Amino acid sequence: MKLNGAQIVCESLIREGVEVIFGYPGGVLLPFYDTLLQYPQLRHILVRHEQGAAHAADGYARATGRVGVCLATSGPGATNLVTGIANAQMDSSPVLAITGQVVRPLLGKDGFQEVDITGITLPITKHNYLIMDAGDVARTFKEAFHIATTGRMGTVLVDIPKDVFTDEAEFQYPAKVSLPGYKPVTRGHPAQIRKATELINRSLRPVIIAGRGVTLSRAFDELKELAEKAQVPVITTLLGISCFPENHVLSHGMLGMHGLAHVNMAVSHADLVIAIGMRFDDRATAMVSGFAPQASVIHIDIDPAEIGKNVRVDIPIVGDSKNVLRELCKLIEVNTHMDWLRQLDTWQHEHPSTAIRDGHDLLPQYVISTISDITDGDAVIVTGVGQHQMWSAQHYCYKKPNSLISSGGLGTMGFELPAAVGAKVGRPDEPVWCICGDGGFQMTMQELGTIAQERLAVKVVIINNGYLGMVRQWQDLFYGRRYIATPLSGPDFQKIAEAYGIRALRVTERGEVEPAVRTAMDHDGPFILEFVVEPEENVYPMVPPGASLADIIEPPVRQTLGAMPNFNL
Amino acid sequence: MTQDQHTMVALVADRPGVLNRVASLFRRRGFNIDSIAVGHTEQKGVSRMTIVVNGDEATIEQVRKQLDKVIDVIKLSDITESSIVDRELALIKVRSTPETRSEIMQIVDIFRAKIVDVAPDSVIIEVTGDTDKIDSLFNLLHNFGIKEMARSGRLAMTRGSNL
Repeated sequence: MKLNGAQIVCESLIREGVEVIFGYPGGVLLPFYDTLLQYPQLRHILVRHEQGAAHAADGYARATGRVGVCLATSGPGATNLVTGIANAQMDSSPVLAITGQVVRPLLGKDGFQEVDITGITLPITKHNYLIMDAGDVARTFKEAFHIATTGRMGTVLVDIPKDVFTDEAEFQYPAKVSLPGYKPVTRGHPAQIRKATELINRSLRPVIIAGRGVTLSRAFDELKELAEKAQVPVITTLLGISCFPENHVLSHGMLGMHGLAHVNMAVSHADLVIAIGMRFDDRATAMVSGFAPQASVIHIDIDPAEIGKNVRVDIPIVGDSKNVLRELCKLIEVNTHMDWLRQLDTWQHEHPSTAIRDGHDLLPQYVISTISDITDGDAVIVTGVGQHQMWSAQHYCYKKPNSLISSGGLGTMGFELPAAVGAKVGRPDEPVWCICGDGGFQMTMQELGTIAQERLAVKVVIINNGYLGMVRQWQDLFYGRRYIATPLSGPDFQKIAEAYGIRALRVTERGEVEPAVRTAMDHDGPFILEFVVEPEENVYPMVPPGASLADIIEPPVRQTLGAMPNFNL
Repeated sequence: MTQDQHTMVALVADRPGVLNRVASLFRRRGFNIDSIAVGHTEQKGVSRMTIVVNGDEATIEQVRKQLDKVIDVIKLSDITESSIVDRELALIKVRSTPETRSEIMQIVDIFRAKIVDVAPDSVIIEVTGDTDKIDSLFNLLHNFGIKEMARSGRLAMTRGSNL
């Protein structure tokens, strides 16, 4: 069957089970979009900026575990994807980015809207392709999907010149891929698993540190079985949150720079760290030389290059978390670790990191914890980056697997709104709450247009403190409270909402939080809730940069409360 | 930690951009390449890179693992500890006068090198050998005045049948 390049792209996407494309058209994509009319089973969602397309595809991929597809035209369209691609790749998100390219004869001639996007994205993709022949399209897509979804998942970019879309070629979708240089190891080495078993059985003060790899390999049940059988407390990284139900008695929450105090203490006193699908990011470990000083380390990860990269490892196990945990569960002995678990409870009691100050002030922590209560920990939470992200990590009780979507590795402000678009498209029947700061929201708020056009019932929460809060916090704590470039005026978010035809409420009092959250939840459609919170609230606990996990700054008894900066709102 | 020189052989898919992928990886991760030599192999569609890299044990392990992750790298071997034949080719243009020419020729003979071009005031010497041999020849010729030098970077192959 002879088809043109654009048809082959669509046929390939359908064969890979793609249902949605987040995209933005442009000159070189005209033939592709024209072809897309013939494929109504491929839903196209028009974003308002290509960065939104990449984040939406990423959010979709994180929410569903399936490949998120984004599409942009050549030149500026392609470069606008770059932040989203880097963000997805850093957090091992299976995303396929398709870019249009100038016609082949113009390649390398600086033609209109030409950019070397495969060159640009080389260090921020798992792999990328420039297709120079319509006959290569099907094979390339087969490989791209295979690479994105196997081993350590990641982002693949495929660049397609306009005349490759229009050229014809014989179409047959390949049944198999042939990539002799790509053979990810998914089964853990039995000898290593045995050694790990011995260490786990012998340990007196073990902790599990679970990361995003657990979610990516859907090893929720296996993790639970391991934790329960050996009675090991479960700690998560930021992206590990929700891989283990937080209402479980063995769940202890997040470690790291803004980890809970008792969790960081536990890691610092542990004699064994069982690290699963995490990569010892510096925000999680704090100063590496002071990380878990008394512990042996078992590191389970699908990416061999992560083992020994940041932290010295005693027993490496390369493999898929689900497979490795299943094998481990068979071998480990039932244990109780009664004294150790009791010690954690004591620490938690003595250092209640998630306690919220009483009073009338509208505290951001109170907002998040109210949303947690009212949604019963059952919503999909999407966050940006900064203070609101850390409060969302600390104060929402995630009961459902894979229910936090957040930008971890790259730390991309503005990720939240477009990612929530993708999450809601991927999980339309579940409540999706997008928690934003007033800074990040203003970076990508144009995607309200997408939300309105597609009638996506995303509940948008803006934690408005009038500052770029996390940077202000560092200026407060480490730069003598010299605030520069952090006070931030915003538009009237109520009017912004109105302009997009989206209902909204502004909340300024603690007493109004609960009814407002209920109103938003019960409303059939998107909703924007703006909380005008204490402007100079800091995130605690905090491990200062350059310190080790044990050096925790806990909240001062009484914080100095500054006034809201005075702007012409 | 001690810095050691490692010789790695990467069989890579003969596709546009492969050298770029490898070079970009070294730059981004801060690895130091001493030399890299690329060429065809006996297999169609497969190129061979001989990479000489310097670093401590942990760095070298990262180099190995990160190179292995490049999809177009089909096979990677660190052959530093193996029994290998390694060669480099150098072309050295040396200043020469009628008075020094015979002395230069003597040195060239001792090193089993060749003079491949003669001009009124210089000669071009072609030499193959391991890195030490080329370095020694270079040092001996230094006094005559070296006008130009080009080195190929190391090529290496394990002895016998094991790669």
